Amino acid sequence: MKLRKSEMAAIGSGRGTMDSQNQVQSDTVDRLKLLYPNVNEEETPLPRAWSTKDKFSYIGLSQNNLRVHYKGHGKTHRDAASVRATHPIPAACGLYYFEVRIVSKGRDGYMGIGLSAHGVNMNRLPGVGRFPPGWDKHSYGYHGDDGHSFCSSGTGQPYGPTFTTGDVIGCGVNLVDNTCFYTKNGHHLGIAFRGLPPNLYPTVGLQTPGEVVDTNFGQQPFVFDIEDMLKELRARTRVAIDEFPLPDEQGQWQQVLHRMVSTYLVHHGYCSTAQAFSRATGQPIDEDIASIKNRQRVSKLVLAGRVGEAVETTRRLWPGLLERDPDLLFLLKCRQFVEMVNGTDCEASEDGANGVATSVISHTGRPHKRSNGVAADAAEEGGGRDVDMAPAANGDHEDEALPLVKGMPGVTASVAALLPDRFEADASSQRASVERMLAFGRELYAMSQKLSQDLYHKSMLEDAFSLLAYSNPWDSPVGWQLEPVRREAVCDALNSAILESQGMQWSSPVEACVSHARSLLRRMSRAALGACAFADLSALLAR
Amino acid sequence: MQQFTVFMDIESSRSYIDELYSSDAVKVMEALVTLKNSVIGSNRQKSSVISQGVVPRLLQLMSEESLDPNIRLEATITIGSLAKGTPENIESLIEKGTATALVEMLKTVPLGSKLAEAALCALRSIFSHKPAPVDALPADMRLLTRLTQIAREDSQEARTSVIRVLAVWCSGTVEQEALTCAGACSAAAAMLVVPPRSVPSPSRLVPALELLAAMCFKNPNVAQVALNTRHGDKSIPELLMCLVSRDKPLVVALKAAKCLTFLQRAGALPADDSRIVFGALPCLARLCTKENTEDIRASAAEVLAYLTEVDTSLQRLAAISNHLMSSLADIVNCQSAAAKQGAFKCFASLGANDEDIRKMIIETHGLMVHVVNGLNNPDPCVSLAAVRCLHSLSRSVQQLRTTFQDHAVWKPLMQLLNDSPGPELLNVGSSTLCNLLLEFSPAKEPMLDQGAVEMLCNLTKMSDPALRLNGIWALMNMAFQAEQKVKQRILCCLGTEQMFRLLGDSDTRVIMKMLGLLRNLLSTRQHIDAIMSEYSSQVMQAVIVVLEGSYPAEVKEQALCILGNIGDGEKSKDLIMANEDVLRKLVDYLAHPESKLQEAALFVAGNLVWRGEAGAAARQQRLADLGVLRALKLLRASHHAAHLHDKVKTALAQFNEFT
Repeated sequence: MKLRKSEMAAIGSGRGTMDSQNQVQSDTVDRLKLLYPNVNEEETPLPRAWSTKDKFSYIGLSQNNLRVHYKGHGKTHRDAASVRATHPIPAACGLYYFEVRIVSKGRDGYMGIGLSAHGVNMNRLPGVGRFPPGWDKHSYGYHGDDGHSFCSSGTGQPYGPTFTTGDVIGCGVNLVDNTCFYTKNGHHLGIAFRGLPPNLYPTVGLQTPGEVVDTNFGQQPFVFDIEDMLKELRARTRVAIDEFPLPDEQGQWQQVLHRMVSTYLVHHGYCSTAQAFSRATGQPIDEDIASIKNRQRVSKLVLAGRVGEAVETTRRLWPGLLERDPDLLFLLKCRQFVEMVNGTDCEASEDGANGVATSVISHTGRPHKRSNGVAADAAEEGGGRDVDMAPAANGDHEDEALPLVKGMPGVTASVAALLPDRFEADASSQRASVERMLAFGRELYAMSQKLSQDLYHKSMLEDAFSLLAYSNPWDSPVGWQLEPVRREAVCDALNSAILESQGMQWSSPVEACVSHARSLLRRMSRAALGACAFADLSALLAR
Repeated sequence: MQQFTVFMDIESSRSYIDELYSSDAVKVMEALVTLKNSVIGSNRQKSSVISQGVVPRLLQLMSEESLDPNIRLEATITIGSLAKGTPENIESLIEKGTATALVEMLKTVPLGSKLAEAALCALRSIFSHKPAPVDALPADMRLLTRLTQIAREDSQEARTSVIRVLAVWCSGTVEQEALTCAGACSAAAAMLVVPPRSVPSPSRLVPALELLAAMCFKNPNVAQVALNTRHGDKSIPELLMCLVSRDKPLVVALKAAKCLTFLQRAGALPADDSRIVFGALPCLARLCTKENTEDIRASAAEVLAYLTEVDTSLQRLAAISNHLMSSLADIVNCQSAAAKQGAFKCFASLGANDEDIRKMIIETHGLMVHVVNGLNNPDPCVSLAAVRCLHSLSRSVQQLRTTFQDHAVWKPLMQLLNDSPGPELLNVGSSTLCNLLLEFSPAKEPMLDQGAVEMLCNLTKMSDPALRLNGIWALMNMAFQAEQKVKQRILCCLGTEQMFRLLGDSDTRVIMKMLGLLRNLLSTRQHIDAIMSEYSSQVMQAVIVVLEGSYPAEVKEQALCILGNIGDGEKSKDLIMANEDVLRKLVDYLAHPESKLQEAALFVAGNLVWRGEAGAAARQQRLADLGVLRALKLLRASHHAAHLHDKVKTALAQFNEFT
């Protein structure tokens, strides 16, 4: 399935995060973000330290609230004390894990490591419940003195080995299966608890003087190979998705897929491909072919950077459309301004018509492949050259579709530098271009004043105007605007508006499906369904 | 009706079968294609074609180098298709020399050709039959080098086929070494690489892992080569480490863990290597858990049993890994013999050395019931594994007193041992019995009633020294602080002849236990006199044989101890006093440079000179005359024997009339 490049870009960043997990990280990188890439910390912050408030008074904290020591008298079990992490474990972690190193077992080594819900009494070790059992629900612990596991009760179950000074105990929460396991010095001890409720906090408890533990919430590499389990869960989720029973028989599923491909092609105006696909699969095309071709033409113009022409064509073919949507018009004009800097657009439509576009600013950044003008002719035919319609992946390809460019290779100049008579032959036309551009800029500014003054429009205009401040705009901090890939969003907006004005869907079913899936993942995260961490949408779509 | 159909088939196929023998190449080719198409996917048709005697002609067409390569190829493909038939089909193909013919062909066919691929494919199918015709493939270096070259360079299909064949073929040291020389390690390593972001394919990886495992099994040389074989930037252990991870298919992880295990057991990796403790072991423990299929769990338990068989630290680690105990207890509950066997073996390994682990095993819910049931299992593999488990657990004194008694484990064990057991079962079973018969074991009495004495006496007559040792050892344990009737029964059943035979045993340990048995028999005064009254000449003779023979010091020490016991008997003392030969030896041993022999001799002398017993004065006189007194005085003066001085003083104090 082919995606629009803008889509790919968004997804691609997610993939990048996953890749980098396997690389050596520099100190500045937040390891927690890499461990739990699907967690939105604005909504659900990760536990990064012990809470200075949510603890019993016998607990002392130090070393950025990562070291816990006992400061009570520790005479009886009534002197036990616990501390919770600052935040509960977000479900979108999928698999959550933290490790505690026993710095000192103190007098008796009565230490408990585990999880507890908000509000559970802190005057006891994790997992230890009040009598009768069940009062302090949702408290889970693994105790060092006897190796037993405690689940909101006064008596433990034999679970694992005992632990003491020097041992590293890990606690893992599988938010897909809602289970908890422990590790000792990197060895998996097996599942300790099942059926965990959501929103548990990492918790440790101490009970005798001298007990000190250090905590690693993921800021440091773990002793246990958690990546191995993450890989397993990703693979498992993938299989679960792949093997999910389809509601209908194979034939209808095929139909749906065909329909999606067909509507996608139509939506983006891949006219000939859509027709060929339609012939092969018997899918009806709901839109008039001429209408598709018109949209294709406009899209092509925008993608080629000839925004002025695109605006004119739009006005001619769909009168009133741009007038009704001043925001869209502003977007187009802004882009047109950028393209003028780029040298791919000029105000005068007759220039465009004869296939000549002139940049007022020359550049060295991108050598232009001079085409012989046939390309420009072919571009007008549209349908015959669907391939060219595909979003340009590189400069060369995009340049090929351009009409002749009268560039000034090897020379870099600012707007001001253009004004003197350095290039005598072109001087007059240069001057005219610059003046046209400045006039266009003023017009654009006036237009922006009429629009509702939101930050979006303002910063867009500022960014565009900033291009003029640099002698080589392509190399400047705002040079990203000149990238051909930036045309795609504008193209999409225009295409969607045209479709909407024709009473059709403004987005294609494929895109709707992708964004639906993405939003479902967000909902899963809110609903404490940990599998959302492992449903790697980009990997699924990239197949 | 069925017969009639077969008949019809033969009739209808007669024409093209005849054409196979034609001298016209075109006709032969047509016939081959028709034949090939008719047998594909039909076992009935395969059987029919084989019964018509076509195979020799096909082999001829396949092997004749002068023939059109296409004819050879079609003939080979047809053979390959027949080899995918029923086990009977494959057997008759093997009978007609198909395997040999294919191997011969592989010596000459050009590498990378379709013909080579088809031949390998056919050979693979034939080798997947049990028993595989391994003899058809000689350990010929030229041929093996050629095959490993195919395994490295040829098409994927050919590589997989040849590796599968070699994995089956590699069954002994000769094959292991030959394959290693031919470069099979690097060929296997090349197959183990999983390119990033690709899905690992079991059909490619498993044969390579099986070959590697077969090559390294109990072979330190090969394991060392495998350890140092690299593909790209990774050594074989590193490649294996990638394959035991959780996202790999279970069967791949299992086989990779098995390879690591074999590397470790063959000495290539230390027990504390991270690829063992963080790779193979946790992987196997994970594969034993309930979520997996029975055959995976069974194999994982079996491999884990081998991995943890000897090393205590690995046993301790496994015992806490991923609830292994309850996983294994659950595997014991599985239906298949393989599963039960694997789990029992694993329990046996885990409990071999550590008392705490034994306790954990015993405390695993309902396990002892399963062990007892396992002993009664009709499958000899299961009962053997259950005995191994029991043997391991029987090293625990506490278990012998409690759990074993509660479950009367001796009953099924005795039954097994009385029911013409195999040599392995007999060995482990009698070792277990040995432990069960320790003095404090409450199982002792009921076992006697079951004829334990007779069985053990029989064991001492076995040709296997391990069994003789177990037999005599068990008898020794049984005689320890036993009632007189038990002792009588042992002596009576063993017989003096057998006793002397055991004293002349080639295995010193047997002699030691035999003497130990005599010591245990000759303890407490009444028993000594009772037994000596009946067996005095034999016992004395036995002691003299040992004291005079060229035995190691610890054996002679035992003999002296027996003498000491006899000297404790009321009447039996006289037997020694009457034997001047023995008394002179006693004097010699008191001056023996070996301290423990001096001590033993001192023990004898001490018993003989003890005051307050009838005839003590006469005995003291006699011993003083023979030089015992002087020897004792010398011993007192010697500072080499400082640790004996208290005992020497006690003995000398008895002689007060003389000192």
